[in-house]
Amino acid sequence: MDRELNAYRQADLTVTEIKPTSGWHLLDLKELSKFRELIFFLTWRDLKVRYKQTILGVAWAIIQPLLTMVVFSFFFGNLAKVPSDGIPYPLFSLAGLLPWQLFESSIRNASKSLVSNRNMITKIYFPRIVLPMSSVMACVVDFLVALPILIGLMIYFNYSPNVYVLLIPYYLLLTIVTAFGVSLWFSAMDVLYRDIGYIVPFITQIWMFITPIAYGSGMIKNPTIQFIYNLNPMVGVVNGFRSAMLGQYTQLPVESMIFSALISLLILAGGLLYFRRMERQFADLI
Amino acid sequence: MSRYSVEVNNIGKRYRIGAAPASYRTFRETLMETLSNPKKRLHGKMTDDNSFWALDDISFRVNQGEAVGIIGRNGAGKSTLLKVLSRITEPTKGEARIVGKVGSLLEVGTGFHPELTGRENIYLNGAILGMKRSLIDSKLDEIIAFSEVETFIDTPVKRYSSGMYLRLAFSVAAHLEPEILIVDEVLAVGDAEFQRKCLGKMSNVAGEGRTVLFVSHNMSAILRLTTRTLVLEKGKLELDAPSPEAVDYYLMSGFTDGGEKRWRAEEIPAATHPFMPVALRILNENGSVSETIRSTEAMAIEFEYELLEAITGLRVGIYLLSTRGEFIFTSFDVDDESLFTEHSVREKGTYISRCYLPADLLNEGRYVIGINASTFRIKRYFHDEQAISFNVDATAAPGTQWAEARTGMIRPKLRWEIEEITNAKRI
Repeated sequence: MDRELNAYRQADLTVTEIKPTSGWHLLDLKELSKFRELIFFLTWRDLKVRYKQTILGVAWAIIQPLLTMVVFSFFFGNLAKVPSDGIPYPLFSLAGLLPWQLFESSIRNASKSLVSNRNMITKIYFPRIVLPMSSVMACVVDFLVALPILIGLMIYFNYSPNVYVLLIPYYLLLTIVTAFGVSLWFSAMDVLYRDIGYIVPFITQIWMFITPIAYGSGMIKNPTIQFIYNLNPMVGVVNGFRSAMLGQYTQLPVESMIFSALISLLILAGGLLYFRRMERQFADLI
Repeated sequence: MSRYSVEVNNIGKRYRIGAAPASYRTFRETLMETLSNPKKRLHGKMTDDNSFWALDDISFRVNQGEAVGIIGRNGAGKSTLLKVLSRITEPTKGEARIVGKVGSLLEVGTGFHPELTGRENIYLNGAILGMKRSLIDSKLDEIIAFSEVETFIDTPVKRYSSGMYLRLAFSVAAHLEPEILIVDEVLAVGDAEFQRKCLGKMSNVAGEGRTVLFVSHNMSAILRLTTRTLVLEKGKLELDAPSPEAVDYYLMSGFTDGGEKRWRAEEIPAATHPFMPVALRILNENGSVSETIRSTEAMAIEFEYELLEAITGLRVGIYLLSTRGEFIFTSFDVDDESLFTEHSVREKGTYISRCYLPADLLNEGRYVIGINASTFRIKRYFHDEQAISFNVDATAAPGTQWAEARTGMIRPKLRWEIEEITNAKRI
């Protein structure tokens, strides 16, 4: 029988084997590439639907970080005089807000992506990972739309990046990887426990406070606290993005780059393993 | 030797009882359960007590180009089998192999988004069904034409009527070109005209030498589209035979769902007193309870009830309705004057009112029986517009030699004459 099957394979026929799986699996990249068009269409759907029947449309992607920056600048910058590592406060906060909002909105949307597409999950086969993945992608597009206002603000404050601006794609990738990793955990858990829907906004809110967005991480002097603080992968990402964008680096921050990457990859690997483990039950439990 | 498309070996699927697909747990419930019963793991082992086999040791083989039907009553495992073969859910044991590209249609319009336009949804739904973008591009005009919603193609589908929505959804699905097509009861939706179109498209697919697996409650669709049929019962493969034989077996063996409705004490409102409904049954020609009746056989509807006190002037009747809620007829047990005089007072006791329906009355489809027990202009004791439903199967009914669905709710056998008035040869 296996000989028969091999003959089919050699004759270029698609052979699908269906059997119970067990153990832990990472990512099946070959299969995922077959579904790249689906990722594209789902991303496109997310974007299309997000701004349907709004007056301002995609402008919302700009308005949100911009207004947050104005509020932050007034309360933290002007009133509370929060130290901002010597950078004008509006510029400082916006350079932190952009990667943060990419991270936060990715988690918010991707965590519920499985449950809100339950009819797709119970009616058709596709790698389930496509859903949180395309939710994150849609948020990346929003980020890219908002990026020019940071550049505008840099011109206004007369800040120019140096050669280390080339690190921006690296930090962007790190944000995406971390957000995707966290989303994998949350979205898979959401299938089993709808509590996740209530927990996520709460977690992201607290997470924002322990990330140097409204204040500079230079405020933390105690080395023990600093070490624990740095375990938050978003510390390295937000600081790195801001410094690379505003030309603060004078040498390659090798140590912090590796440290952030390690933590992010750890979150991603854990998320992948957990997601793939739970995946086979999604259609039965959702 | 012809090659096979689908091979299923000893497939079994076990579900946990209580973990129905629609229910979900909250963290607190799991926490409390784990705390109160620490031995049980968060997702402890399934045992015979807390689980059941939705599919039990199913094996079969489908050759390339074969069209195979799957029938069985609700909960027999038909949909689970399709879900396993479409890789939506994993089997608990056994294995299956599928040779060729699979297109599965367990629903039409999966992933349709109400805010997107018809055109946008075609692309999205196509991608979800596994169509390449280039294929959708090349078929776009055809899909739009088939759906008959050209004028509204750039309108968000939330403004579509349900008929338009279905037509668009089906038309994307119909243009899928898989080597193996797995179809669940998608044809059970839409109006008769639309169903006819879908069946036509489906038989084209079957005729093109593609492999089809088709689940349906509609026996005549099974007979029209498939050559071989699997009968499932309680997760087991009961019979694997040529379709006419399998359909006969299924209809004869009273396999069909319930066909009987029993009222439990808590279902009966206090206001019905002293009238207590007991049971409502659908009987086939042989007098056995059955959910599926052939159009060509006579049937009876039997209503059993108890009177806790005598009632004067009681009339017990049935409504026959379509599944869309349209009334087809209403009839009371004492419509006949002589019966009314005879039963003007019904004493305390248990009764059965039985209504006989002649053969060749109803068209194929699903029908609903409603109940009314009342005294004219005085009191309505009991009323249930959806007491029970049953299927009518048109196998061997007049006109089934043409592979098309008949419009209309009744399918009477009428006397026809063909008279020749002029004869071309003689002139």
